[in-house]
Amino acid sequence: MSRFEVVRTGASQTGAQPATQRNVSHRGGEANPSAKALQDKFSSAIKRVYVIWAETVVYVNPASAHEIIQWLHDDPSQQYDFLSDVTAVEYRDAEVPIEVVWQLRSLPYRRFLRIKAQLPKGTPLEITSVWDIYKSADWLERECYDMFGIRFRGHPDLRRILMWEQYKEGYPLRKDFPLRGRFSRSEQLRQALAQNPEARYSMEELTIADAFAELPEDMRDRLSKGERTGE
Amino acid sequence: MSKRTVEVELSTSGLDAQGRPQRIPLVTNDGGAAVALQPPPGLEPDIEGEHMLINIGPQHPATHGVLRLVLELDGETVVRCIPHIGYLHCGFEKIGEYRQYNQIICWTDREDYLNSIGNNVAFALGAERLFGIEITERCKVLRVIASELSRIMSHLVWLGTFCIDIGAFTPFLWAFQRREEIYRLIEKWVGARLTTSATRVGGMAADIPSGWMDGLRQFIRTFPHTLDEIDRVLTRNAIWVGRTVGLGVMTPEEAINWGLSGPMLRASGVDYDVRKDFPYLDYETYDFEVPVGTNGDVYDRYLVRFEELRQSVRILQQAADRLPDGPVNIDDPRVILPPKSKATSEMESMIHHFKVVMEGPRPPIGESYVAVESPKGEKGYYMVSDGTAKPVRWRIRPPSFVNLAAIPKMVEGHLLSDVIAINASIDIVMGEIDR
Repeated sequence: MSRFEVVRTGASQTGAQPATQRNVSHRGGEANPSAKALQDKFSSAIKRVYVIWAETVVYVNPASAHEIIQWLHDDPSQQYDFLSDVTAVEYRDAEVPIEVVWQLRSLPYRRFLRIKAQLPKGTPLEITSVWDIYKSADWLERECYDMFGIRFRGHPDLRRILMWEQYKEGYPLRKDFPLRGRFSRSEQLRQALAQNPEARYSMEELTIADAFAELPEDMRDRLSKGERTGE
Repeated sequence: MSKRTVEVELSTSGLDAQGRPQRIPLVTNDGGAAVALQPPPGLEPDIEGEHMLINIGPQHPATHGVLRLVLELDGETVVRCIPHIGYLHCGFEKIGEYRQYNQIICWTDREDYLNSIGNNVAFALGAERLFGIEITERCKVLRVIASELSRIMSHLVWLGTFCIDIGAFTPFLWAFQRREEIYRLIEKWVGARLTTSATRVGGMAADIPSGWMDGLRQFIRTFPHTLDEIDRVLTRNAIWVGRTVGLGVMTPEEAINWGLSGPMLRASGVDYDVRKDFPYLDYETYDFEVPVGTNGDVYDRYLVRFEELRQSVRILQQAADRLPDGPVNIDDPRVILPPKSKATSEMESMIHHFKVVMEGPRPPIGESYVAVESPKGEKGYYMVSDGTAKPVRWRIRPPSFVNLAAIPKMVEGHLLSDVIAINASIDIVMGEIDR
């Protein structure tokens, strides 16, 4: 008994098999039809559309990014149901704004679309989270916040994810962050040794499981005075 | 040597009559054993509704790396799971911004280290899209062979460790024995086992040595026998089925919404495979099938990965049959190093050699996102270039990172012992998650 279906077969049996792209041109080429649909629907919020290496990039107004992605997800003619990636790009030129990038896939239509929103420097880096549309945005947005300091409004749990919670040096993937870290090696070592090894649990974890009451008294005392724990 | 006496007051924890915790002193009886002076009174209070905090990892063999899970348990049932990652974070993406494209290839080995040669291929494809390079036919087939060999390697490690987590030891040994054969093949080809760095932008680091295909053909011939053996031991084994069926179920809609990819997504019944839907390396010309599960539980993930091993063997067979002669690297001195003999004898080649090594190849201004089907799922490299020899941004889309993000959803409501099975079924590699 096999509970197991093999639904796809080789290229010879299915006519609609897409092919590997060849001789992709740098600029120009056929744009994803969703870009046209977006321009028709959200004319003012779409700033720029271009095709680069056969991938369509749509620059949108940061304020309407959530609305646009929601529409791309819900509309039956688009169905961008798979969020591949959320990330950000900071350019070496300090004048160029930071870009938030969403890589969207439509599994039913086999389409790929890149949405970008520019966040000018000097203003608070904030944008609406798409966590309510795609659950996969949870960790991806947390990582983006951790690395670039972009706050995603509406994210339920926007904490650092790769760096630890008390990390104070800033946002590592920003261009003004030095490759070796902001602090000297001796300062980094000093901070590492000064870590409280008892602080294995975050306050949230301690409260959910009623474990706070079972902590040693001195630790409870320190925590109640506002000392932060967690990683 | 002076003698030191240490006096310890022995006590054990117990409960008093009101159910409050108390320390009960211990005394030694005539036989020397420690016994409680007064036995703890009566019945234990009702512990229903009292939740316990359990910590698994980061140094725990069943978490497949330095993953730490904080679990809230009600009895033995997981109420809530909070994963902690980042213990292996080394800032690959940051380092990539200070490296030339060919230098980054060495870093791709080290992220998903079970699939290092597949990462090399994926990165080279992404960089070539950014450079606008079309690679040669021989290189394409060699890269297919490399990707599929590394898929088999990665799945064998997954299979072996998954078996150990559930309590079957023998398939682990079989799987690692065969994996060793692939490592020997890879070592013959590129000189390294784990950190392969096998590709270059525009080609491969080396062509296969003579006689290498015989080794590959022998592996293709004998490997299905091992698969049949493991299949006989596991697939209909009552313990195996009992430990895996119905665990960590993700419906197709949930799986897509949580961004799962690879075998995780296909086990839930979504037929999405990058090799079929967004093909690269001419995968559309190979005849292979994409296994798709029905229930989205741990058992289906096992079945899907197991069938992928067989399909990889099919692809390897076809690739071995069609491997064309001809050059491996493209003929473009701006990106490919000239042969060493020419670099030391011809002025022009020496200049090219110097330029490629010192300045590095420069792509035009632009960006590309190229995804491949890695053993873990959709692995994407997003690169942004401003026209210099180093990328402005090099982003890894790590499939196990996104797959692991769904672990709270999968384990909640299951027993503590099933957390290990579910975690193993995700097939995580912490090097890729923390990067």
